Amino acid sequence: MKREHLILLAVFLLLALVPYAAELTGQTSWTRLVGQALIYGMAAASLNFILGYGGMVSFGHAAFFGIGGYVVGILYHHFDAGTSFLGLIPGTDQMLITLPAAVIVAGLAAALVGAMSLRTGGVQFIMITLAFAQMFFFLFISLKTYGGEDGIMVRRTNSLPGLDMKNKATLYWVVLCFAAAYYLFLRRLVQSSFGQIIAGIRQNERRMAAMGISTYRYKLAAFVLSGMGAGLAGALMVNFLRFASPDMMHWSRSGELMIMVILGGVGTLAGPFIGAGVLFTLETTLARYTEHWMLPVGILLLIVVLTTRGGLMALIRRLGGKR
Amino acid sequence: MSHVLEISGLVKTFGGLTATDYVSLTVDTGEIHALIGPNGAGKSTLINQICGEIIPNAGHIHLAGRDVTRLPPAERVALGLGRTFQITSLLDDMTVRQNLGLAIQAREGGNFRILDRASRRAEVWDEVAEILRSGTLGARADVRVADLAHGEKKQLELAMALSQRPRLLLLDEPMAGLGHVESQQMIEALQAARGECAMLLVEHDMEAVFALADRISVLVYGRVIAAGSADDIRANPAVREAYLGEEDA
Repeated sequence: MKREHLILLAVFLLLALVPYAAELTGQTSWTRLVGQALIYGMAAASLNFILGYGGMVSFGHAAFFGIGGYVVGILYHHFDAGTSFLGLIPGTDQMLITLPAAVIVAGLAAALVGAMSLRTGGVQFIMITLAFAQMFFFLFISLKTYGGEDGIMVRRTNSLPGLDMKNKATLYWVVLCFAAAYYLFLRRLVQSSFGQIIAGIRQNERRMAAMGISTYRYKLAAFVLSGMGAGLAGALMVNFLRFASPDMMHWSRSGELMIMVILGGVGTLAGPFIGAGVLFTLETTLARYTEHWMLPVGILLLIVVLTTRGGLMALIRRLGGKR
Repeated sequence: MSHVLEISGLVKTFGGLTATDYVSLTVDTGEIHALIGPNGAGKSTLINQICGEIIPNAGHIHLAGRDVTRLPPAERVALGLGRTFQITSLLDDMTVRQNLGLAIQAREGGNFRILDRASRRAEVWDEVAEILRSGTLGARADVRVADLAHGEKKQLELAMALSQRPRLLLLDEPMAGLGHVESQQMIEALQAARGECAMLLVEHDMEAVFALADRISVLVYGRVIAAGSADDIRANPAVREAYLGEEDA
């Protein structure tokens, strides 16, 4: 336990130093890249809670990521134009309002999708979650008020009292703190009574029902919690990149989140963050040389899945000597 | 209210096949009621209707006086129904201790708490320790279930079912696949649990049935053809022909 705490603290401090390292070496894009990787890590970790711990293979997780992002974008749009959403809800650029709003709206969307798709299982579940995500994707493309295919430019990052959010490093540290807090939350969640029930349902749903657990309700609650996490990540992403677009919820984005989870290690806490970091780094590096960057990434994924049995986390554990 | 379970006029058909044909039977408080019959007689179909995994076409199931015919499985458990499976059904990635812990946690409630620590719930783990101390599984407490021997899995499944403190325990072939010694252990374990709850025992092992059962019902082609004490059943010519006779031949 001590060792785990030390590693977590060391990683946090290293990540906190990224803006300084970027400035010293002149590689100013680092801060932006690592910040994005952290946010994708959060989204992947939220997916991993239902996929890895709960055994629910959702192929539409980017929908909640995108919805969270659009909440920030739409609230900013109305704030900027001095109008109201549906003539009722005034816009805002206060992060203390936009982030909770994004989490709640993403949670509601997840409740809707989950309530219907969790009545099925297996391949049907995968397909229904995908279909819902595509519906959201085309819904937002059709919203001309909010930029349609082009999305919404958020000219200024939401403000947080006492902080200068225009400063790139400050914004990065805010993102880092959210990522760390979310990691700690998930760490607690999987050890909780609820987390144990979810792990039980993954292993043997029939047995859990025989213990008196109405599995549907627990799976739905897990699905909603997971969607809320993705919504938070999406809201941070729009703040970080100052841009919300339908691409955030395209099905290929859902696939990327899944790849991050599998690459890093299904059912591990740090795995999705590692997977996100590796995939995102590869993507941005390779994209400079070729537009067919998916090919080498695909080959790498194959190698990792076939050789490590448990993703990069399994590899790290083995190298670290922990069985 | 002396009937823990009361089944009346139960019918279940699959296409042209009548798997359960106007079955009526009762299980009294504290009783072990054995259900025997040849393969394909509809025993598992009947068990699954009592559990709620299959909904009957007609008839009623009363559990402790409540009509549960259309209740989902988990709600029947809350009314005091416990079960073991014909093919052991456990949480394979977890240890014996964790399996028991989760069973007791499920009964204790608080299952929607997202920020507590499941491993620190004293009310759960004290009881797990108690079960491990009194039973035969103590030495294997921290072994993963996937690595257990078949007989140990059967014992664990029984311990988990009993830890739910059911009023009625459905036992779907608890002796299946057990060696002689293990069968004796299982019979002893069931004898020891006799006072705790009523049981409906589906079993092929006649030695176990005659050792345990207060009453026996014989199911053939979905129909109860005889019911009574062990001696009645042994003497019944229809049963001998339909079922016991098979073994003599």
